[in-house]
Amino acid sequence: MAFTSVEGLLRAAAEMPLWQAVQADDIRDRGADAADSWGQMARLWAAMTESVAQYSPLLRSSSDLVGGEGGLVAEQGGRLCGPFLSAVIATALKTGECNACMRRIVAAPTAGASGVLPAVLLPLQQRDGLSDEAMTQALYVAAGFGQVIASRASISGAEGGCQAEVGSASGMAAAALVHLMGGTPEQMAHACAMALSNILGLVCDPVAGLVEVPCVKRNVMGAMNALSCAEMALCGVKNAIPCDEVIDAMRSVGDSMPAALRETGAGGLAATPTGRRIAEQILGK
Amino acid sequence: MNIFDIMGPVMVGPSSSHTAGAVRIGLITRKLLGRPPVRAELLLHGSFAATGKGHGTDKALVAGLLGMAPDDPDIPRAFPLAERAGMLVRLGSIVLRGAHPNSVLLKVEDERGNTLEVNASSLGGGRVRVNAIDGLDASFTGEYPTLIIRNEDRPGAVAEVSAILSRRQVNIATMQLYRNMRGGLAVMVLESDQDIWQEAIEELRACPGIVRVTYLNMEEDG
Repeated sequence: MAFTSVEGLLRAAAEMPLWQAVQADDIRDRGADAADSWGQMARLWAAMTESVAQYSPLLRSSSDLVGGEGGLVAEQGGRLCGPFLSAVIATALKTGECNACMRRIVAAPTAGASGVLPAVLLPLQQRDGLSDEAMTQALYVAAGFGQVIASRASISGAEGGCQAEVGSASGMAAAALVHLMGGTPEQMAHACAMALSNILGLVCDPVAGLVEVPCVKRNVMGAMNALSCAEMALCGVKNAIPCDEVIDAMRSVGDSMPAALRETGAGGLAATPTGRRIAEQILGK
Repeated sequence: MNIFDIMGPVMVGPSSSHTAGAVRIGLITRKLLGRPPVRAELLLHGSFAATGKGHGTDKALVAGLLGMAPDDPDIPRAFPLAERAGMLVRLGSIVLRGAHPNSVLLKVEDERGNTLEVNASSLGGGRVRVNAIDGLDASFTGEYPTLIIRNEDRPGAVAEVSAILSRRQVNIATMQLYRNMRGGLAVMVLESDQDIWQEAIEELRACPGIVRVTYLNMEEDG
């Protein structure tokens, strides 16, 4: 049975590492064997790595709104944020641009939020020399928390706004980071709860309805938020509201969001004079 | 949802519903037709019509009709590849009453003149649902091996089909029945947990009163 609460996830993690509890559940749920489940997750990690490797700063989306940003930050970034954080920013942009330009990416949990997990995981693997095995375990952790979010709230922008896409990705990434840094399951839950709390209420307002503006840059925000929440959790900072309750709040916030702010391209930034002008230009093309 | 509905799929962007789901709809349509289409009319509805161009929905549908999967890096080049394959593509928009916002009506024809009309929706996360085939209601996702049987609406048809399948040791997971009018044409949609033997399909085809049997297994190549 799929996990429907973080509390249940933590209970299962009392017996074995949390990533393994998620894998064990997958094996039961799908009738797969351990090697099959692991192989599938390892392929997702390989695909995330490849999509960043195949990035070119010359790529442009068909609307011409997106392209080149990841290259700019990779080349010039670091003066303010240092090499690690600027690599995180560049990686989020690169994946988001690859997605907008019809290149291969891994939906995690969605295509629009596909930059968040690779953005925090790849630079960390490089900095600390982590194994692909550790990264695959981290994806299980992220998937376990994502499963709870999907069952109690939503991972679809059309249903719950951007909080459900970049917000969910950020919460999943925060938990995965705590795992990679040797934190406890409770710290993973606090990190996820903090990350979700910080993005609660974020609307989905894509200009011209495309997964480009502001989506690509919101991936950067989701990644940076995940890092800071994981850091706090690893230092023993706790979230006052338990993770399950934060997820329930996310659902009720999503339910009360007007349709204009749920991926219809009718509200928020999409409804600004410039947003409308861009939409007219693209749709008239 | 299982963890690989959350993590994954590996796909060509930009949108799991507008791109990956659209490829899958095209691919299901090709498999239902049974042969490569030489003519295809894509009529987009709702959000597919409004934002489909920027999301590459048109390219994605054509890519699926060409037999590509949602992670095929050639998806952006679907139109020139269709031209090379001799597939004539026509694009348009349509209003499908009561349909999901991400829906499309595909009209395809193979080189022998066999035609097929598929009404399908992309539900999010790359998952899709076929709503109707040749104007007859049906509802299936392609996530399981699926049999679509068109038969004359008369007593005993369901019993006959289930007898053949049980004799061939096929376990039916779900079964739905639809018809356009009493005594007219009916559609049976059967989903199974396992691959369905070719022998069972041939036996069904030979049955009197059965007009057409289509078998859909997305795990198989071709």
